[in-house]
Amino acid sequence: MTENELLTRISEVQFVCVELNLYLDTHPTDTEARSDYYSYSKLLDELITEYETEYGPLMGFGHSPVNTGCWVCSEWPWERE
Amino acid sequence: MWIYQKKLEFPINITTPDLAVAKALMAQYGGPDSELGAAMRYLTQRFSMPDDRLRATLNDIGTEEIAHWEMIGTMIHQSIEGASLQELKDAGLAGYYTIHGRGVYPADPNGVPFTASYIAATGDPVADIAEDMAAEQKARAAYEHIMNQTQNEQYLAPLRFLREREVVHFQRFSECWNILMELYPDGRQNKLRG
Repeated sequence: MTENELLTRISEVQFVCVELNLYLDTHPTDTEARSDYYSYSKLLDELITEYETEYGPLMGFGHSPVNTGCWVCSEWPWERE
Repeated sequence: MWIYQKKLEFPINITTPDLAVAKALMAQYGGPDSELGAAMRYLTQRFSMPDDRLRATLNDIGTEEIAHWEMIGTMIHQSIEGASLQELKDAGLAGYYTIHGRGVYPADPNGVPFTASYIAATGDPVADIAEDMAAEQKARAAYEHIMNQTQNEQYLAPLRFLREREVVHFQRFSECWNILMELYPDGRQNKLRG
C-alpha cells in the first residue's frame, strides 16, 4: 500500500474502533461488541505499526517506538496535500 | 492525559476554497454549539457524573469532539490562507481579517468570540445530560445550515461525516439519559446532590 492508502485504511479501522468504543461506553457488558472491539483494535495496532515502520511516528510522547521518519518535519494534518 | 495523533479523523483537502462557507464554518469553530464548546462541555461535566458509563461516554465523546474541532480549523485554514484581501472583503471577512489576519480564531460567523458561558455545566447529571442531547441536535442543525450553503464536495464530504457524528452522539447521550432514569426511577435526582 502507498502511504495515503495505508493512512486511509488506518482511518477506516480507527473509525470502527471509535464507534465500538462509544457503543461500549453505554453497553459495557455486550460481549459480541467487546470481541469486535478487540479484533479491530489489534488490526489497528498492526496497521499503525506497518505505517510507522515505513514512514515514521504518528504519535508523540513515546507512543510511536520507531526510529524512522521525522515527527517534526512530516506534514501536519491541516496542510494541503 | 491526551496523546496527539498526527492525522485527521476524516481527510480534508480544500483546493477550491469558498470563503462564504469558511465564514459559516466559524459557527462550529467558536460558536455556542461549536466543537470547541462541545469538547469543553463534556470534558468538564464528566467530573460530577454518578456512573462509570456516563463518565466514559462524556470522556470519550469529549475526546472525539477535539478531533472534530481540528477538522473545522483545518477547513477554515485551507479556505482563507490563500485568499486575497478583495476576496476576504467580498465574503464579509474584512473585520475578521483586521483582528485575526488569515489565522484561525474561535469566533462565530458574526465575529462574536467564544466564551466560557457556552460550556454549560450545572453539576446536576440530569440537567447536564439533557443539555448534551440538545447540544448534539443544535450542532446537527448547524451542520445542515452550513451544508445548505454549498455544492462543493470538498466541504460536503467532511460535513456529512461531522453531521452524522452528531446523530451518533445524540444516540449515546439518549442511552445515558435512560441510564440516569434507571438509577433514579422516581426522578429523585435530589439524591444526587447530597
